[in-house]
Amino acid sequence: MIARLTVAERRIGFVILLLMAATGLAMAAGGRGDAFGVHGFMVMLLSLAFGARLMTTLDAPEPDPSQFQHYYDDPTRVGIVLTMIWGVVGMLVGVWVAALLAWPDLTFDAAWASYGRLRPVHTSGVIFGFGGNALIATSFHVLQRTSRARLPDQLSPWFVLIGYNLFCIIAASGYLMGITQSKEYAEPEWYADLWLVVVWVVYFLIFIRTLARRKEPHIYVANWYYMAFILVVAVLHIVNNLAVPISWGSAKSYSLFSGVQDAMTQWWYGHNAVAFFLTAGFLGMMYYYLPKRANRPIFSYPLSIISFWGITFMYMWAGSHHLLYTALPQWVQTLGMTFSVVLLVPSWASAGNALATLNGAWHKVRDDATLRFMMVAAVFYGLSTFEGSFMAIRAVNSLSHYTDWTIGHVHAGALGWVAMISFGSIYALVPWMWKRETMYSAKLIEVHFWLALAGTIVYVFSMWNAGLIQGLMWRTYNDSGTLAYSFIDSMEAMHPYYIARTIGGLLFLLGAIVGTYNVLMTIRQAGIERTVAVGEPDLPVVAGAGAVQAGE
Amino acid sequence: MPDFHRKMERSAIGFMLAILGVASIGGLVEIAPLFTIHETVEDVADMRMYTPLELAGRNIYMREGCYACHSQMIRTLRDEVERYGPYSLAVESKYDHPMLWGSKRTGPDLARIGDKYSDAWQVKHLDNPRDVVPESVMPAYRWLLRNWLDAKDLGEHLRAMRDVGVPYTDDMIANATADAYGQAAPDSQEAAGVAKRFGAATNVRAFDGDPGRLTEMDAVVAYLQVLGHLTDAASKMEQTALGD
Repeated sequence: MIARLTVAERRIGFVILLLMAATGLAMAAGGRGDAFGVHGFMVMLLSLAFGARLMTTLDAPEPDPSQFQHYYDDPTRVGIVLTMIWGVVGMLVGVWVAALLAWPDLTFDAAWASYGRLRPVHTSGVIFGFGGNALIATSFHVLQRTSRARLPDQLSPWFVLIGYNLFCIIAASGYLMGITQSKEYAEPEWYADLWLVVVWVVYFLIFIRTLARRKEPHIYVANWYYMAFILVVAVLHIVNNLAVPISWGSAKSYSLFSGVQDAMTQWWYGHNAVAFFLTAGFLGMMYYYLPKRANRPIFSYPLSIISFWGITFMYMWAGSHHLLYTALPQWVQTLGMTFSVVLLVPSWASAGNALATLNGAWHKVRDDATLRFMMVAAVFYGLSTFEGSFMAIRAVNSLSHYTDWTIGHVHAGALGWVAMISFGSIYALVPWMWKRETMYSAKLIEVHFWLALAGTIVYVFSMWNAGLIQGLMWRTYNDSGTLAYSFIDSMEAMHPYYIARTIGGLLFLLGAIVGTYNVLMTIRQAGIERTVAVGEPDLPVVAGAGAVQAGE
Repeated sequence: MPDFHRKMERSAIGFMLAILGVASIGGLVEIAPLFTIHETVEDVADMRMYTPLELAGRNIYMREGCYACHSQMIRTLRDEVERYGPYSLAVESKYDHPMLWGSKRTGPDLARIGDKYSDAWQVKHLDNPRDVVPESVMPAYRWLLRNWLDAKDLGEHLRAMRDVGVPYTDDMIANATADAYGQAAPDSQEAAGVAKRFGAATNVRAFDGDPGRLTEMDAVVAYLQVLGHLTDAASKMEQTALGD
C-alpha cells in the first residue's frame, strides 16, 4: 500500500511521523513517570514504527500514474478490518462488564480490571473504535462514488485513519490506567482531545476538497449526513472538553464549567453524540448502502430533506431531557422535553423513507441477509427513536431515569440500529472493495444475522424488565405510607436480568466474531485469486459519465 | 422547498454553513442563558470548597468510574427525597469541575452520603463491599488501602481549580500538600492549618483508621463524608414544591 503513495507524500508522511515521535518523546520526558508519560512512549513508538517502515521506501520510484484514474480505497479497506477488530474487542469488554454486574468477583484484584475502569473501554471501544472506524471507512467510499471524484490526495486519509485509531488507543489504555475526565462518552483527557481536533480538521478538509472536485452537480443525501456528523461533532467535542490542565506534564485537567452549566453542556454533548455520531453518520451509511443493495432508488426526496433538517435542528435542543427533575432550571427541562417529542417526526420520516425504499424489493430482504441487516436496522431505528421520545416525557422519565431501562434503550439503538446497519453495509462493501462477486460465505452472514437479532432482543427485553421493576420498586409505598423496598432489595431483584443481559450480549458478540471471520476469509480468498490474475485493472473513474456504477 | 434545496445542495460551503447555523441555535438558546440568568444557581453564604484531601478523593472517585453507577443528584420527587434526603440544589455542585450528577443508579445516590455511615464502615465497604452488604455487586477496591496517596502536586490541582473559578487562596494553594496530610492525621503539626484555612467544620481525622499513613482510602472516605455537607442550604429550605 505504501508503494501507491507518491514520493512527495511519503516524504511529508515521514516528516509528520518524526514530529509525532518528537511530541511523544517530549510527553514521555515531561510525564514524571505517570500515565501521561506512558502515553508519550506509546505515541513515540507507534510513530517510529510507521516512520521506519516509510523510511525504507523513501527512495522507491513513483507509483504508476494510471492509479489516479481510479478511486483510492486502501484506507477504506484497512478501516473495515479495524472496524471489525474494535467491534470484537469492544463487545468482549461489554460482555465482561455485564457479567461483573451479575458476578462481581469475576475479575482480578487489580485496579485496571475493575468495573469502573472497564466500562468506558466498552463504551468508547464500541462507539468510537467500532462505530468511528465504520464511519470513516464508509464515508471515504461513499464520498468518492457519489461525487465521482477521487480523494484529493493519498496521505491525508491515512493521517485521519491512523490518527483516529491512535486517539482510540490512548483513550482506552488511559481508562485502564485511571485517566478520565469522567464526562460520559467524552472521557479522554485534554491531550487526547486536542489530538482529535487535529485529526478531525484534516477529515473535514478531505470532505471539502473532494466535494470541490466532484463531477456530480448535486451533493448526495448520504453526504449531507456525513457532513453534519463531521461538523457538529467538532463543535460538540471542542465546547464540552474545554478544560485547564494542571500542568503541561500531567494528564489531569479541570473542566472549565461546573455544576449546572457543566451538566447542561455535558448532556448537550452526550445526547448529540448520539444524534450526530450514532445517528447522522449511520444514516449517511443507510442512505447509500441500503438503496444500492436493494437496487431501488430512495423512496422520497422531500422526505429526505425534511428528516435531515429536522434532525439537524431539533436534536440540539433535546439534551436537557437527561436532566429532568434535577437542579437544572425548569424552562430548559421543558424545552428539552418538547423538542424530544417533536423529534419523532423527522426520525420516523427517515426510518419510513428507508423502509418504503424497500418496496418492490421485499423478496430480496427475505433471501439476502445483508439487506435484511439494513432493514432490521431501519426498524430498530424507528423503534428506539420512538422509545427515546417517549422516555423524554417528564412523567415517563421520572420512572425510567437512573434505571436499566435507559441501558436497554441505548442498546436497542446501539445493537439494533448502529451495529446492524454497519454490518449490513460492510457485507455489501467488502466484496466491492476486494473485487469479488460475494462474501466468503452467505451462510455465515445468515448465522451472524440471527445471532445479532436474538442477542439484541434478549438484551433489550431483559433491560426493559429490569428497568421497570427497579423504577417501580424505588417508588412503591406500603400501607403505612413509607417506602416499601430498600435499595438493596431492588438490586437483588436485578440479578436474573443481569444474567439474561450477559447472555444477550454474548450472542451478539458471537455474531460479530463470525462476521469478522467471514470478512477476513473473503480478504484471504481475494488475495489468493489476485496472485493468479496479476495486474487486473481497477475500475476507471473517468471513462465517460455513467460508465462507473456508484457502488463499485 | 425541493427546488430551493436542489439549488442549495450544489454548494458544499453553503450547505455546511447552513448545517452549522441550524445546529447552533438549540445549544445557544439553552446553554448561554445558564451563565447569565442569576437565579440559575442559588446564592448561599455558607457554601464551602473541597479541601485538598477531599479533592484528591474526588479525583479517585472519578478515576475508578464510581459515577457510572452512583448518581449525585436527588430529583424533586417524593420517593427520592424520602429515600435520600432533600433534593439537590444547583449551588451544591457549584464548585464541581466537572459535575458528577451521574446518569445511572446501579448503586444508590450519594449526594447526601456524608456522615450516614462511620469511617470504619466506609473503609470496610470500599475494601470489599460484600463483607458488609452480602448482596452488593460493587467492585472491591482493595488497592485504596494499599496505595499511598500521591499528594505532592495538590497545589497545582488547586491552582487549576482557581483558574476555572473556585476561589482558593494563595495560602491554600501553597499549603495544599501539608493540609492533605494534616486532615488525615489529627495529632500532627499540619492538622491545625486545615481548620484555619478551610473552617472549623472540616472533618479532621484518620479516615482509614491509621493516622501514620496517608492512603488513597483516606482521600476517598474524606470525600464521601463531606458529600451533602458543603452547605446547609438544602436542609434549611422548605422543600414543598415537589414534582408529581
